[in-house]
Amino acid sequence: MSATLLSFYRSLLAGDSPALATEPFLERAPLELRDWFVQLLPAPLQWLVHSLISIAAILAIFGFFFAFLTIAERKLLGRLQNRLGPNRAGLPWAKNLKLFGLTQPFADAVKALTKEDIVPANADKLLHFLAPVVVCGFSLTTFAVLPFGREIIPVDLDAAVLYFFAAGSATELAIFMAGWSSRNKYSLLAAMRALAQLISYELPLLLSTVPVVLLAGTLSTREIVLAQGGWTFGVIPHWNILTPWGAAGFMIFLVSALAETNRSPFDLPEAESELIAGHLTEYSGFKYALFFMAEYFGMTALCGLGVTLFLGGWQAPCAFLEFIPSYAWFGAKLCLLILGLIWIRGTLLRLRIDQLTRLSWKFLVPLALINLANAAFWSLTADLPLPGRIVRWLVALALVAIPFVTLGRRLSAGLAPRTYRYAP
Amino acid sequence: MTPLQLCLVISSLLFAAGLTAALARNNTILVLLGIELMLNAANLNFIAFWRFGPASAPAVGVIFVLFAIAVAAAEAAIGLALVIALYRHQKNIRLEEANTLKG
Amino acid sequence: MTAALLFLGALMLGSAILAFTRRNLIHSALLLILTWSSVAGFYLWAGAEFIAFAQLLIYVGAVSMIVLFAVLLTRRSLEDPLAAPAPRSRRVGAVLAGGAVAGVLVATVLGTPSAPAAASAPMLTVKQIGLQLMSAHAASLLVVGVILTVALIGATVIAATDRTPGKEDQP
Repeated sequence: MSATLLSFYRSLLAGDSPALATEPFLERAPLELRDWFVQLLPAPLQWLVHSLISIAAILAIFGFFFAFLTIAERKLLGRLQNRLGPNRAGLPWAKNLKLFGLTQPFADAVKALTKEDIVPANADKLLHFLAPVVVCGFSLTTFAVLPFGREIIPVDLDAAVLYFFAAGSATELAIFMAGWSSRNKYSLLAAMRALAQLISYELPLLLSTVPVVLLAGTLSTREIVLAQGGWTFGVIPHWNILTPWGAAGFMIFLVSALAETNRSPFDLPEAESELIAGHLTEYSGFKYALFFMAEYFGMTALCGLGVTLFLGGWQAPCAFLEFIPSYAWFGAKLCLLILGLIWIRGTLLRLRIDQLTRLSWKFLVPLALINLANAAFWSLTADLPLPGRIVRWLVALALVAIPFVTLGRRLSAGLAPRTYRYAP
Repeated sequence: MTPLQLCLVISSLLFAAGLTAALARNNTILVLLGIELMLNAANLNFIAFWRFGPASAPAVGVIFVLFAIAVAAAEAAIGLALVIALYRHQKNIRLEEANTLKG
Repeated sequence: MTAALLFLGALMLGSAILAFTRRNLIHSALLLILTWSSVAGFYLWAGAEFIAFAQLLIYVGAVSMIVLFAVLLTRRSLEDPLAAPAPRSRRVGAVLAGGAVAGVLVATVLGTPSAPAAASAPMLTVKQIGLQLMSAHAASLLVVGVILTVALIGATVIAATDRTPGKEDQP
């Protein structure tokens, strides 16, 4: 096994530099830095250091990203709700310098670390300890297959999309472990509801990525990004979201990603007005912070996958904007998606458990299946002359719009018309 | 012992463990899990031969295992649904008591 | 290479044997999840990455959920689901039968002369698996699809309750 592992790592080390020799300096900078550091060490250890650098970089970058994501979310939610977010956490040695509350994450970290760790006397101690570790660990392993830039991908797997979903489904197990090990009737009930929600939404999530795999012809994330390259007239990119099936698939993916990470409006499992904190009731201090961190890592990873599959990954939107490095484009698109998710959290109301399972099984799954047929039609009519292209677009748009309208009408059949009241 | 023989010995022991569990336990769910373990041991065998054997069609071993995993999952789902129906009828899941066709 | 295989094998067998000797059903289920994960680790060691991820997704991500739901829905009381052991004679008989099967299989494996083994795993991309599935094995794929659909519908029908919706089921 070590022979194949070593050859795998040698291919990782050898494959990146020649392809980037002609790129501008900023583009090559992270890889050159990593290669320079790896060359400093003796040859037998180089593959280990190569992996450790990737792991350390992901932990550091996404750790800080998580910290500033929490403060960004709280301030944005505050502004959406017509109030200021946290703005009082300044520096401990300078009492007047408040820095707009940007040091709040560090204050939260200190609070979480120093809180008393309460474990119920009846709890299953081993499982109670393992649940936050498992959920955080598996959420972090999903970052390994995201292409952060041109040739910047920690592990280049042939079945990368399948790996992503396999690692993501193991986090559901940790939620059950958390709910059951607390020996609390309400925790267990909430954990069962959370599991039902997660299983229901795994299906539309997976089904919405199948059209992308169909059209790219591969499960490897690096090649899916490369398949969305090129521009029409230099300004319109060939991203998947700019096609009818891609837009529908992206919407289904986004809704399922919201439900998979228990984000509002699907945050019934962990909302404070429902069964206290649901499956997290008996967790305090750092373990609660770990669950929180795992939720945000899951959200970031799913948004990263959405960017990779639908928004063209690290590709620039126009040909003349290519001077901006590829990892900057990935980061910008990721931030855009996450800001969209925070906006949705501040705007929409929470769904009940029967409403959200009905949405998944009766609405999203049929739409995702029809989307697959739509993508197959799109791929079969790829080379057509100009009148054929217009027909192709019209048929694809009809295949998106008609099921959406008919299924939506049927599902909201018995409900009263919506009334809105605004604050004066 | 060649690596192939070691793999086959491990899968045989896993199969025997699943068989013992299916025969020894009185709880229907554990019997079903023993059967699942036997199916997994068979899949291990297939992958061991795929890895070490000279094969003319390298995809066939992998495809067979894929089908076996799919069918085993379907069988586990139906088996556990039957366990729930059994529980509703006799209020426990002891296999020894599920030996009549009446009811 | 053999060290990793021995470690994975020991993990697999150890967690399987522990899983089936526990009284607490949830502990059994979780130990069996560890067994399935080590089987996925074996597939990774052998170079079948697609099957390893499929095993993790299906067994650890889905079958384990069904098992846990079934265990929790068939409890007598609200405490731990404990499974009483079978009578001693049956246990002894089962261990003897398992031991006999293990002995026969291991003796057969060790007694057969082995062919020269391939040095590394066959190079198999997901694209090749897909092409084979759609061309040579398309009929089997369709049959497996029908089996899965029938299992889904059948499991829902068997496990569904018969009671008619009463007053508390109104939205």
